[in-house]
Amino acid sequence: MTEEMIGKSVKRLKALEKVTGNAMFVHDMEVQGMLYAKMKLSPHAHAKIVNIDTSKAERLPGVWTVLTGKDLPYKVGLYLVDKDILAVNKVRYQGEPVVAVAAESEEIAEQAIELIEVEYEKLDAVLDVSDAVKEDAPLVHENIEELESAPVFFPKPGTNIAHHTKIRKGDVDKGFEEADYIIENEFDLPMVDHTAMETHTSIGQWKPGKKVKLWTSAQSPFAVRNLLANGLHLNHEDIEVTVPYVGGGFGGKAGIHFEPLVTCLSRASQGRPVKITMSRMEEFNSVPVRQGLFSRLKTGVTKDGKIVAQETEFLWDSGANADYGVNVTRAAATAGAGPYEIDNVKLDSKTVYTNKIFGTAYRGFGHLEILWAVERQMDLVAEEIGMTPYDFRMKNALRRGSVTITGEHIGDSHGKVTECLEAAAKEIDYDNRSSEDLEEGKKRGKGIALLHKAPAMPTNTGTAAFLKFNENGSVNLTVSLVDYGQGTYTALAQIVADQLNMPVEKVNVVFEQNTDTQPYDWQTVASKGLFMSGNATIKACQDMAQQLKEVAAQPLRASVEDLIIEDEKVKIRHHKDQYVTFKELAMGYTYPNGNGIGGPLVARGNYIAQGLSNIDPETGQGHPALDWTYGAHAVEVIVDEETGEFEVKKIASAFDAGKVINESNVIGQIQGGVIQGYGSAVMEGYQFSDEGRLLTNSFTDYKVPSIADIPELTPIIIENAQEDGPYGARGVAEHPMISVPPAVANAVQDAIGVQLKEMPVIPEKLFELIEEKKNK
Amino acid sequence: MKTINLTVNGRDFQLDVKDNEILLDTLRKKLNFTGAKEGCGEGECGACTVIMDGRAVTSCIILSVEADGSELETIEGQSIGEEISDIQEAFIEENAIQCGFCTPGMVMSAKALLDRNPNPSDEEIDIALSGNICRCTGYYSIRDAVRRAAEKKGGNK
Repeated sequence: MTEEMIGKSVKRLKALEKVTGNAMFVHDMEVQGMLYAKMKLSPHAHAKIVNIDTSKAERLPGVWTVLTGKDLPYKVGLYLVDKDILAVNKVRYQGEPVVAVAAESEEIAEQAIELIEVEYEKLDAVLDVSDAVKEDAPLVHENIEELESAPVFFPKPGTNIAHHTKIRKGDVDKGFEEADYIIENEFDLPMVDHTAMETHTSIGQWKPGKKVKLWTSAQSPFAVRNLLANGLHLNHEDIEVTVPYVGGGFGGKAGIHFEPLVTCLSRASQGRPVKITMSRMEEFNSVPVRQGLFSRLKTGVTKDGKIVAQETEFLWDSGANADYGVNVTRAAATAGAGPYEIDNVKLDSKTVYTNKIFGTAYRGFGHLEILWAVERQMDLVAEEIGMTPYDFRMKNALRRGSVTITGEHIGDSHGKVTECLEAAAKEIDYDNRSSEDLEEGKKRGKGIALLHKAPAMPTNTGTAAFLKFNENGSVNLTVSLVDYGQGTYTALAQIVADQLNMPVEKVNVVFEQNTDTQPYDWQTVASKGLFMSGNATIKACQDMAQQLKEVAAQPLRASVEDLIIEDEKVKIRHHKDQYVTFKELAMGYTYPNGNGIGGPLVARGNYIAQGLSNIDPETGQGHPALDWTYGAHAVEVIVDEETGEFEVKKIASAFDAGKVINESNVIGQIQGGVIQGYGSAVMEGYQFSDEGRLLTNSFTDYKVPSIADIPELTPIIIENAQEDGPYGARGVAEHPMISVPPAVANAVQDAIGVQLKEMPVIPEKLFELIEEKKNK
Repeated sequence: MKTINLTVNGRDFQLDVKDNEILLDTLRKKLNFTGAKEGCGEGECGACTVIMDGRAVTSCIILSVEADGSELETIEGQSIGEEISDIQEAFIEENAIQCGFCTPGMVMSAKALLDRNPNPSDEEIDIALSGNICRCTGYYSIRDAVRRAAEKKGGNK
């Protein structure tokens, strides 16, 4: 049965509810007596709030509550507690919520917002990270040393630097002395929006006795509960967070967002439930994004192509808050050399505050950003030293016996990035790059880029699973991982079916999440869901199997060791015709005379990340990685050498998934991820005016890929098992997005020789570079 | 306020709407057809797609008064009890669903296409669905699902 169930493309759970429009998202929910919230947003990037006049709004019939920052003396945040619920004293970005209203209808709330007058005194804004790190830069947060933070983050007093991760390996000066070539480049990329199709939406209800009930479109019900409890000084057991169907997340719904606001609005509205739903424009303006990144890389290489030293600086544009951004800075730094072995490394990664919408987790968690720089640098170096990008990567790639920049030894349980590269390159016929078949002026180019990423999470991250039997011998699995499209619940159902040797149709994974009834899970992030919850589920199944056997042993008059589980039955190993069915055991076994034994069966399993340690604050040495997933993209482009217009003809993407549990869902993650990465590569990016006003705040101005934009794509799955992963599996959810942009840019460079260092890759920029090259 | 008549999934409704009320709100809030979603409110994402007199429209930029007297089809009309349409079946079989938020709109755009062109080329599928954004799937499985649905409906290929 194992062969049949694991790796099979079992149909996605809850697909029927979704395809019939029956699935209920928070977007669709109404609660009796519900009020509607709207926010007044800051028009300025940086300004002192001189006065707020809410009197007219308060008098408008139908308005229940008007709140300003002064009413909410709380800070919230995940790793660095730096977020106000509404701006206090000053605004730090255009789009920051300043006043909130709860009213009987959305229309009345909107009218009330119009009646509120806010007087500002503009302050100097800092919009660029390079300016923000200067000594005389305006400060986004004045007293960052007073902010509460997780003990592994270090805000630098008197600066805009919210955190600085240092990685030191070997002796970088000595390394550069050994180098025959030293090549230095700078790279840049803009902020990018998640654009989950369901915008952020939450309903909060304040209950007597300082209790709170929340329905929210969130990735992590327990993180919402924990951060709300900490932020508003409430007890965990008094907060009930429900997460129904979630319309996409991609990191944007990790951590906490508008839950504290609706809670406070409800409290001030006599406990009426309050709902807030972001309009798409608010989603662009006021909901956090993927951070921008400025990178500087200096690489020392020997004549035969061995990288001997690398000095790296990452300046993360975290915008006005860094509650999550500090950990992007840290996590991405630990992967900051790319999947290569370099003996001498000095890497500095800094979270920098600016007066823009703030950053948060986004699929890839900093790795798309750093690998834009690393993988472009690899091609620039390869060109300089006269090696092919393929050979140069193969020479330096991590392999068994390599030591990473944080001191981790690559062993048998790791995946193989070289196999990914080989497979992807082969798929696009990498060595054949002739343009002879093309019309004049068109050039074919082929590019490759590697990637790696481990989950970014606390070293003691844990999760749990409950399993219970139903009367008919079916089971319910309960976890607190949220399946907002990844398909993880389907894979978990397959694991249960395999472990308990029963049909997958009889495994129900409880879909709606609720912190009162579900076991704990830290967060649904980091591509660790199947790994961690899969292991917890296996343990719950083992617990259940043991219980089934212990009860069955009595009527079967056999010892537990002699029993096996097969076809929904507990059987005597050598007398398989003697058995008790799951159904007979589910609620307690009943003897013919009416005597009952056992009782309703419930089982549990948990899992905690093992052997992980925090990195040393001065050297970055430590073991922060649960598992590394490796991958490679290979891209074929055809570029017009005059205009810079180009067409991506084909992408091949290979990932070492360890072991596939559900093939069609892995393919789904690859296809969806690659296209999200493709959006970053060729069209997406926030643009701001000189005053810090967001210019790209609608789907008209901020384009994401449509079905008409997608190139041919071949997903490739490689399976080198991860020892501690469930069945050998490792996460592959974020990875497909990473390194798509450099693969495209590398292919363009291969075609027409221009060296693009700024994302996205668009014809306008290529045209400029073509002209520059001509004029040289 | 104006009184309008709508036929939704074959059922007749008469109701009062405000002059500036949009069809999506009428469907979702007054008639409780919540399958169509608001993803952008400006006709750019397709999550609110319904079929109006045979054409796929983004109901978030149509005034309810404009829809007076029209026949509407929504996702709720595509299944009866356990029975789902060929298109819906194809979406499940091709795993063309991830988070599910864009799915009702996608299915309705696909239906409008296949109703007028039972055997579309890939290019025709892409044109018909290019106004529907899906951030999860990368669209490959959706294209496959529409193709498969066409086959089920007896288009050649």
